[in-house]
Amino acid sequence: MSEVVIALREIAKRYGAVQALDGVSLELRAGEVHCVAGENGAGKSTLIKILTGAIHRDGGDYEVAGRPVGDLTPAAARDAGVGVVYQELSLLPDLSVGENLLMGRLPARRWITRPAELRRRAAAMLERVGLGSLDPGTPVRETSLAVRQLVEIAKVLGERPRVIIFDEPTTALSADETGSLLAQIRRLRDEGHAIMYVSHHLEEMFEIGDRITVLRDGRLVTSAPVGEFDHDRLITSMVGRKIESLYPHTRRTIGAPRLTVRGLRPRGVGTPIDLQVRAGEIVGIAGLLGSGRTELLRALFGADPVAGGEIEVDGTRLPGGSPRRAVQAGLGLLTEDRKQLGLLLELSIRENASIASMDDISRFGLVDRRRERSLVEGLLGGLRLRSASWEQPVSALSGGNQQKVLLARWLATKAKVMMFDEPTKGVDIGAKAEIYQVIGDLAAEGLGVLVVSSYLPEVLGIADRVVVMRGGAVVGELAAEGATEEDVLTLASPSGRAAPGGPAQPAARRTS
Amino acid sequence: MSDAEVVPPEQAGAGGAGTGGAGVGGAPESPPAEPEERVLRLGDVLGRDAGGLIVLLVLFGGLTLASDEFLTGGNLGNLARQVAIFGIIAAGELLVILTAGIDLSVGSVLALTGCVTAQLLVHGWPVPLAILVGLLVGAALGVFNGLLVARAKLPPFIVTLGMLGIARGVVLVLTDASTIQPLPPSFAALANGSVLGVPNLLWIFLVVVAVTAFVLRRTVFGRYVYAVGSNPESARLAGVPVNAVLVSVYALSGLLAAVGGVLFASRLSAGIPTGGTGYELNAIAACVIGGASLFGAKGGAFGAAAGALIVGTLNNGGNLLAVNAFYLEIIIGALILLAVFFDQLQARRRAGAAGG
Repeated sequence: MSEVVIALREIAKRYGAVQALDGVSLELRAGEVHCVAGENGAGKSTLIKILTGAIHRDGGDYEVAGRPVGDLTPAAARDAGVGVVYQELSLLPDLSVGENLLMGRLPARRWITRPAELRRRAAAMLERVGLGSLDPGTPVRETSLAVRQLVEIAKVLGERPRVIIFDEPTTALSADETGSLLAQIRRLRDEGHAIMYVSHHLEEMFEIGDRITVLRDGRLVTSAPVGEFDHDRLITSMVGRKIESLYPHTRRTIGAPRLTVRGLRPRGVGTPIDLQVRAGEIVGIAGLLGSGRTELLRALFGADPVAGGEIEVDGTRLPGGSPRRAVQAGLGLLTEDRKQLGLLLELSIRENASIASMDDISRFGLVDRRRERSLVEGLLGGLRLRSASWEQPVSALSGGNQQKVLLARWLATKAKVMMFDEPTKGVDIGAKAEIYQVIGDLAAEGLGVLVVSSYLPEVLGIADRVVVMRGGAVVGELAAEGATEEDVLTLASPSGRAAPGGPAQPAARRTS
Repeated sequence: MSDAEVVPPEQAGAGGAGTGGAGVGGAPESPPAEPEERVLRLGDVLGRDAGGLIVLLVLFGGLTLASDEFLTGGNLGNLARQVAIFGIIAAGELLVILTAGIDLSVGSVLALTGCVTAQLLVHGWPVPLAILVGLLVGAALGVFNGLLVARAKLPPFIVTLGMLGIARGVVLVLTDASTIQPLPPSFAALANGSVLGVPNLLWIFLVVVAVTAFVLRRTVFGRYVYAVGSNPESARLAGVPVNAVLVSVYALSGLLAAVGGVLFASRLSAGIPTGGTGYELNAIAACVIGGASLFGAKGGAFGAAAGALIVGTLNNGGNLLAVNAFYLEIIIGALILLAVFFDQLQARRRAGAAGG
């Protein structure tokens, strides 16, 4: 058994009426990747905050290298060797990579910085995470998300930590980038760091984890070497009940075209896009990060100006250029970035759910409160949203529940065509199944549905048809049934790079 | 005053009657979950505006005890006249602040519109027509502000700072910096008369506040104002006509500044080109003391009105108790800091309770 670097014993933490953590014990050992799994609200974030000294525990012991410590401040935790790579990157976008790396201890002499020294030290730090070729003078704004993630790791490594905590590090990364990040983490483990890895992606835990601890409702459910888990057991212990099938099997009949797109050219894209979605059909859009999937949805919705093309909803031409007109014509868009592009954080759950249907629940500009309430209650009740009151601010909800509020917003508009951009990003597995169910139900009701997702099993699991994009253009189309992840990747990857999984065979059938 | 765990009375009532709606999805654990905890709090009744009213009540009680003159009809009428005009401006300012904007031009617009109306009266225009033109000028200046903010995407601070200078300059040029009088007595009666023993100014103030509160709470436009203030891009993607909302709030702010301008000219029976200087800061102070957040989406009309009354009452009470006016400025400044500090404290506590 390797050395225990940090041990938590019987940790308890309470926020008001909510017991966030209750008797949780955990050991982080040198040379071990310890995965922590659990749904949103299970207590993972609270655990991390206690480890880093961001909050103080109510009870239990915190030991570093066998010696109990009191209430740590964040600075003391850092000195004790606890480093965190945060889910939301903490880099300052307008400063250079080097300045970010050494922020707080910029090399200086009598308050005057020494640029050459900064460059030298930053370059050495970047070398450690395989970014030797990156110029430390590059502004962070100009680097990709994957590079920023590595810079963040380099920054944490600069503090010489013995424990590194990764909080959802792959949320924004593509499959490729995730692969190289995991390799990096494995390297850190082999160097003798103790790693704590928190993620919603179960595959990643199986890939790099040595031990998995599962939290549920603030309690420790189980903790065992990774070999003792399989996919089903892990999900069952996280959710506390068995999820029969993640992807719903709804009976659907595919009918007339609801959305027809001819020659659409989103901004900055040369190739016109043709697309059709029929009633009762779920069309998945797959592609690598930056392949133009989100841009396509935004162009359809009128959120960005387009260079040309026609959009028809139920045979009626949609006057473009305004989300308001798109909503009125029967389009709905569930955006990827909930906080920036979806939620109205200061407003209540009720107000968030009803904002897109004001025309339906008002008369002469007055909101009919009775209709508003019954609309919201019916929809959110149907989505099994748990909350003390609809008047709570939406910001008080967990990620999965916030997503349900946004779903309700669009269900309320009685849209004809629903577009989903990464609908399950940052959502726990229980809520995921419910969101898939809603998407399936919508299609069963005769809506046309478009789903963009980076998670291929999801696209293949819920869609009838998968449209693959690359470089802003539609490069192929597959029937979801029978298609494999390799088939999609083959189409999605730039030519010259073989897709993983052996010889690329053109399994795509061009159906249009 | 957190109402996060309390089922508001209207909501609790609907919970019993509206179970048919909630039962559509067969949801067993659908809220309201705590029907037994039906505590009626001040915050539930007054919604977003509760904080300022308490301070106001305390202030009124304290001054009544401290000074025999405070709670007399004459003094209260005085207070109402002092507060009304900049309370009306504060209502317009509030609309802009709720969209996370700011309108620095209201003081200058007040002077310009007041003088335009006065000038027309001097030229023998009928009173209603002169007032109408004054109001239209205010609204037009507001539309101009709004278009620059919404269409040209200029920062509201800059746009209205520019208008502050332009409107003030225009009124000084038009009047050659001299007072415009005499005005007809029928015009002066507007702000100086009273109905049922209550000064007209107070009536108008109350109507403006009531209408603003109603618009914000019950109309689609009001809902859109809060949505835009919360996150304009989210609001746009939910089908909210963000630009129209922005132009409207600046137009209304300009219009209400013009209402203030007309009443100001009427009260003094003269067009004063330097009038209203610094009123924009008083209006902003009233909103902030009344619980509005400069980051938008937080605050209400009764709060802003309470804020205006607090500032006015402090001034009035200070005079009665012969407190040095310079000290009053310090007190009002400190009050702004205190109001915002308590807001932050509350928000932090709420975030702490919700986190995890």
